[in-house]
Amino acid sequence: MAKVDRSGTPLVELRNISIAFGGVHAVDDVSVDLYPGEVVGLLGHNGAGKSTLIKCLSGAYQADSGEVFVDGKKVSIRNPRDARDHNIETIYQTLALADNLDAASNLFLGREITSGIGLVDDARMEAETRKIMGRLNPNFRKFNAPVSALSGGQRQSVAISRAVYFNARILIMDEPTAALGVEETRMVAELIDELKRQGLGIFLIDHDIHQVKTLCDRASVMKNGKLVGTVDVDDVTEDDLLGMIILGKQPEKAA
Amino acid sequence: MTDTKETAARARKKQSAFAALEIDTRLLGMIGAFIAVCLVFNILTEGRFLTPRNVFNLTIQTVSVAIMATGMVFVIVTRHIDLSVGALLATCSAVMAMTQTMVVPEWLGLGLGHPLTAPIAIAVGCVAGMAIGAFHGWLIGYLTIPAFIVTLGGLLVWRNVAWHLTSGQTIGPLDETFQLFGGINGTLGETWSWIFGIVAVLAAWFGLFTARRSKIRHEFKVKPIWAELVLGGLIASAILGFVSLLTAYEIPTRRLERIFEAAGQVMPEGHTQGYGVPISVLVLIVVAIIMTIVAQRTRLGRYIFATGGNPDAAALAGINTRMLTVKVFMIMGLLCAISAVVASARQTFHSNDIGTLDELRVIAAAVIGGTALAGGSGTIYGAILGALIMQSLQSGMAMVGVDAPYQNIVVGMVLVLAVFVDILYRRRTGD
Ligand SMILES: Nc1ncnc2c1ncn2[C@@H]1O[C@H](COP(=O)(O)OP(=O)(O)OP(=O)(O)O)[C@@H](O)[C@H]1O
Ligand SMILES: [Mg+2]
Repeated sequence: MAKVDRSGTPLVELRNISIAFGGVHAVDDVSVDLYPGEVVGLLGHNGAGKSTLIKCLSGAYQADSGEVFVDGKKVSIRNPRDARDHNIETIYQTLALADNLDAASNLFLGREITSGIGLVDDARMEAETRKIMGRLNPNFRKFNAPVSALSGGQRQSVAISRAVYFNARILIMDEPTAALGVEETRMVAELIDELKRQGLGIFLIDHDIHQVKTLCDRASVMKNGKLVGTVDVDDVTEDDLLGMIILGKQPEKAA
Repeated sequence: MTDTKETAARARKKQSAFAALEIDTRLLGMIGAFIAVCLVFNILTEGRFLTPRNVFNLTIQTVSVAIMATGMVFVIVTRHIDLSVGALLATCSAVMAMTQTMVVPEWLGLGLGHPLTAPIAIAVGCVAGMAIGAFHGWLIGYLTIPAFIVTLGGLLVWRNVAWHLTSGQTIGPLDETFQLFGGINGTLGETWSWIFGIVAVLAAWFGLFTARRSKIRHEFKVKPIWAELVLGGLIASAILGFVSLLTAYEIPTRRLERIFEAAGQVMPEGHTQGYGVPISVLVLIVVAIIMTIVAQRTRLGRYIFATGGNPDAAALAGINTRMLTVKVFMIMGLLCAISAVVASARQTFHSNDIGTLDELRVIAAAVIGGTALAGGSGTIYGAILGALIMQSLQSGMAMVGVDAPYQNIVVGMVLVLAVFVDILYRRRTGD
């Protein structure tokens, strides 16, 4: 894998992000960054605060403190619309699909294609959906069914195509392959590589350490809301990463 | 071997001939239920149920509840409820009654019977309805008070605000132009009814045609031509059949004579004239079309259904779900005002008890029409059919001579049964 050039300004930088729910410090003073063409893995046990951290970037949550920089400029992301305006697209762990609507309506939710007189153009949206699904999941057929009638993997591919369709520059993927079969997982891996070559920056949350080692350039490990450390995946072994996740300590070499 | 294959193929063809029409099975079920109710009562009343006169009365009785039921669909789809619609109708009716009997003639000094009276009264009523609805929506969306509580409070408040506005008195008679929206006092007459019917048929055909063209342009599967033709034929005969029934209801001779007298003419011997389509029914049709377009073809409608299906997903997609709640209740308020026009014009005066128990009829109509209380699903046509089914049951029973308390028992049981059938249907079709 070609080395990522990290001499310029990062695409995104999260600085000293903290957020608490009641008394729980879900994310506590965490800083991570991401360069163009880079995939950064976010690791940590269940409840470590990974999803909460990225939700501060996607606009779902507002951090209690901390700053977000896009292209070196400080930005304020108050809601999901702000994030989308900065070309930040997110695949949520829960997928965030409206179960009663079909694939096309979900893909374009909040960004419907409208005709001249302002009515939604369902036929065109379905045609676009067929196009992108043809690329990402050629086996997908259920274009006219509500997504509640889809399998877990099919639902996931709807969520993925939604994030990819709108020309994201920054992509957040929260366990995108959790429900996918072997074949589909491989396709997502290929997709990630392709997007990376196009210069996107990707935050990838994944519990599969082996996958993180092959897909990611760097990995940031969290434990109990705190950042354990960020390492170059080529500098560490899978056991080193496991040690960071479970024991919360930096590997000898990287420390 | 080939034999069984052929029979199987033929069986499939038979089934798909029906499927090719692509008529919503739920719609079909409801139309079936409606027709069954009509036929049963027609037999029980020895043909008195399906007379032009009764069909005419049935339609004008249904309008007010049906108009509000279309708005209740949006409310329930977004996982809310509105218990205040009957009371809101009363307040809007009171506001409009006071506007046309006091504000316009006395305060504005335009006197009684001024042509601007009705438009001003209706506009004021609509603004009042929208403002109250938006206020409910704000309490629910922004202050996060449950809709059940807000509108339960609203039921008590608005019913009695109406009483306060009129000092508890019956206000009437209402303006002549205003009364045109009440049903029997305002109909299109035979010629215009037929023109309306033909325009409606052409519009429906045009709709079918453009939908097909759009599908072909995007290379989607389309129905076979014969299926389109059958569908077009069915729609046309339904519309024209309805129009011919309404025009067959004849204006009583004595009333006709008075009309001629008022125009300074003498009625020719043996002259007859039908009522035709009531203006209130026209209002319902326009409301139904607009609400259907909003539901299916606008962003607002898409967001209403998305929010009902998964509020979190809608919010994550950047939809302002709080503002959406305000809009939904504002639409409900506007529709209550329109229903208030129809309801008060129909009785030709405003009374304190106008719209009493309408909240229950409206919710029942939406629910019988397939709107799921869990949110996320419901149709405008379903709600209107639901209102029609309930009204048919009620007036059918009244004609048969069932006492009002027993009527309510039956309607209550039908409501529960309808929802149970809907649950079974959803379980079978998996949606
Ligand atoms: N909306 C919320 N309200 C209250 N607590 C929350 C909320 N969201 C997250 N938390 C808490 O914050 C902590 C971090 O949760 P988060 O979902 O970020 O974990 P995660 O690292 O994504 O875990 P997983 O691997 O299971 O997805 C948990 O203790 C969780 O209970
Ligand atoms: Mg998570």
